Amino acid sequence: MNWSLMIESIPALLYGALVTVHLLALTLVFGAMLALPLGIAAARGRAPIRLPVMGYITFFRGTPLLVQVFLVYYGLSQFPAVRASFLWPVLREAWFCALLTLALHTAAYTANILRGAILAIPDGQREAALASGMRPYLIYRLVILPQALRIGLPAYGNEMISMMKATSLASTITIMELTGTANTIVARTYAPYEVFISAALIYLCIAFGLARFARAAEARLSRHMRPAVEAKEKFRSAPAHA
Amino acid sequence: MDLLQGWGEEIARGTLLTMQVAVLSLLVGLCWGMLGALAQMSPNRAVAAFGRGFSLVMRGTPELLVILIVYFGGTVALTKAVNLVVADFGFVEVPPLQAGVFALSLVFGGYAAEVLRGAWQSVPMGLIEAGQSLGLGPLVLFFKIRLPLLMRFALPGLGNNWISLIKDTSLISVVGLHELMGLSQMATSVTRQPFTFYMTAALIYLALTLTNTRLIAWMEGRLLRGERRSAA
Repeated sequence: MNWSLMIESIPALLYGALVTVHLLALTLVFGAMLALPLGIAAARGRAPIRLPVMGYITFFRGTPLLVQVFLVYYGLSQFPAVRASFLWPVLREAWFCALLTLALHTAAYTANILRGAILAIPDGQREAALASGMRPYLIYRLVILPQALRIGLPAYGNEMISMMKATSLASTITIMELTGTANTIVARTYAPYEVFISAALIYLCIAFGLARFARAAEARLSRHMRPAVEAKEKFRSAPAHA
Repeated sequence: MDLLQGWGEEIARGTLLTMQVAVLSLLVGLCWGMLGALAQMSPNRAVAAFGRGFSLVMRGTPELLVILIVYFGGTVALTKAVNLVVADFGFVEVPPLQAGVFALSLVFGGYAAEVLRGAWQSVPMGLIEAGQSLGLGPLVLFFKIRLPLLMRFALPGLGNNWISLIKDTSLISVVGLHELMGLSQMATSVTRQPFTFYMTAALIYLALTLTNTRLIAWMEGRLLRGERRSAA
């Protein structure tokens, strides 16, 4: 182990980690925005809408992300129409392609989680809301989605971590995020252990943070389900520790 | 195959290699998974912590990075080792196939260890005790009582990991293995038709994952047939 090399490479790796987090944050935001209508359509849509959405979900869940990334970044250029279109300056950008593919990918997984969560809510909830005169928009906003969020959150926590790992594939299309940076440093210094293990440790820290965040969000969303006694117990035992 | 411009046979060979790599990683990975699960349940605290740490690291590190570590790290280690024996032998490369299978088996093992430990602990203690009170030996107890239930509990989790593993084999192409993805890249660079070949690869992967999903569902049904109610 060459410790000085390990320490020297840390600033560059941390900058790469910043790019990773940036890419991950944008991916999750756009993915969630896309997943919301898709998930509802997959759970409750009529067949002409539901079936194409299920096809989308099946395709993005059933094929490797690397193929999807290459399909968008290299594949689209095969069509002259795409190269001639006004979108080409954007679609040519590796950063945009990485973001687009990752967002489409996580949207499929997230929509599937949302679909399962919506279907897990007893139908009586929706019927009761309907009977009290609520419109579909209000039913989703006040009754179904808040509960679906809580049911789907544990699975979504895992999805966030798996997307964090998936951002590493952006390095295959020249994005200098954490894995790309590490790979470049290794090519220059030829010290794979030091650099890659440092990178892995940074990934572990991010994963750990995400897991903590998901657990905290879960506790927050299910606070009405905690027995009141537990809270009192905590309160009572507090002075003893203080 | 007009659409594939003569690359059909290559792609078929790549698909075969993809499946071989996946099955090989699965078999080796199951061994890591069993060792990991046993380590996690060990009464020895240090061993248990090591087992948990192994799963944690494998689940929190990108698969691509694990492949890069094994490939480049293995090459450096092997080069050093060979040059110790034979002076100035030069550069020795770990073959991408072995490096990739080893790396993916570790990742699979990390996930499988968690699944197997959970399944092992889900077998009710009362069943084991009942078996013991009947005088069953430890081997009979394991194979006749614990294993059938353990498989039933572990299969859904292992099945998901297996599907991920099939898809992750595409990452080995990054270190130069010419499996389905690697050959598609090669075909693309010759024919300049990236969409055609990457879409073909995508559809083949889709066929593989969908048939394997069906296969797992069928196996789950088989394992649950003891639970099924007879037709009333």
